[in-house]
Amino acid sequence: MTRSDVQLMLDVKAGDQQSFELLLQRYRTPLVNFLYRMVRNREQAEDLAQEVFLRVYRAREDYEPSAKFTTWLFRIATNLALNSLRDHRYQKLEISMDAPIVADAEGGDERMMEVADEHPDIEQHLVEDARKKMIRHAIEKLPEKQRAAVLLHKYQELDYAEISKILRCSESALKSLLFRAYETLRVELAPLVASSVKH
Amino acid sequence: MSCGKMETRILAYVDGRLKESELAEVDKHLAGCAACRLRVNEFRAVGDLLDELPMIEPSGAFNARVHALVAAEPSRKRSWFAWLTPSPRVAFVASMLLLATVWVETRSGPEPAPIEATDLPVVENADYDVISSFAPLSDLSQAPSDDDDNDVPQQQPQQM
Repeated sequence: MTRSDVQLMLDVKAGDQQSFELLLQRYRTPLVNFLYRMVRNREQAEDLAQEVFLRVYRAREDYEPSAKFTTWLFRIATNLALNSLRDHRYQKLEISMDAPIVADAEGGDERMMEVADEHPDIEQHLVEDARKKMIRHAIEKLPEKQRAAVLLHKYQELDYAEISKILRCSESALKSLLFRAYETLRVELAPLVASSVKH
Repeated sequence: MSCGKMETRILAYVDGRLKESELAEVDKHLAGCAACRLRVNEFRAVGDLLDELPMIEPSGAFNARVHALVAAEPSRKRSWFAWLTPSPRVAFVASMLLLATVWVETRSGPEPAPIEATDLPVVENADYDVISSFAPLSDLSQAPSDDDDNDVPQQQPQQM
């Protein structure tokens, strides 16, 4: 029988390292993806995800199952991501004064993976690449809190109550936040949305 | 229901997370509002587009790095100050002791009146003179035994 996240965490608290390993296996991919979409840098996303697991481990002795494990986990991840974005924003401003502009430097990770895929038609590949880039940029352009809300809602499939706890806002405020985010995405992705709706 | 009220429900409707009562209300509104129907379809399309982004896998060294970080963590020992940390057991024992003290205090009768020094009878013994009952040291009839000198180094007279 699969043990619940809370049970695993309680076992970690009791000193069971194997349960920590299971939590690591269960959440490493969702965490890295969430953080990657938040900070748009794979290496940084992995560093942050490792920091999340370290914080979970450090807090094991004080852990009390008062909320869902995922709420706690993604709250740590969201806080780390927002702090990191804040810190790197200033770094980027400093770098951009001297550094030459490299077009779409951050999209490199996904592109490298996609090149490995087999595409019979190069034109189709380019169209798909442009489409993904457009979606990525639309998410990237969202204000940080809206972006976090969309990622937790869409990719982690957390319920509204959980997301509102992670972002420390009321459920009604979260619904408005998500509505504004989807409105922005609808406008940014208008050409793609229009073709989807027609079909 | 107004189009404005749809704002907080449209996404939950697209997700299928509305309650039965809310669902019926939204369906009723959508049946008569082309603009909101279009918005629902557009939000669904946005959701589908977001699904197109590929997932990435953590690098091969990810777990090893987490293990290294965890291994580098110092093992937590209870600090000296941990004794001061309140715990339910300590709190229970302390409250029980307090209750027991209060109980004992309330059960014992009123305190007896303190005895004044002047109330005590003065016993005088005219036959017993403390000072004169001590004999002078020179009157000791016997020399101290060897056992008594163990602690004091004995000085031997030096012969010339």
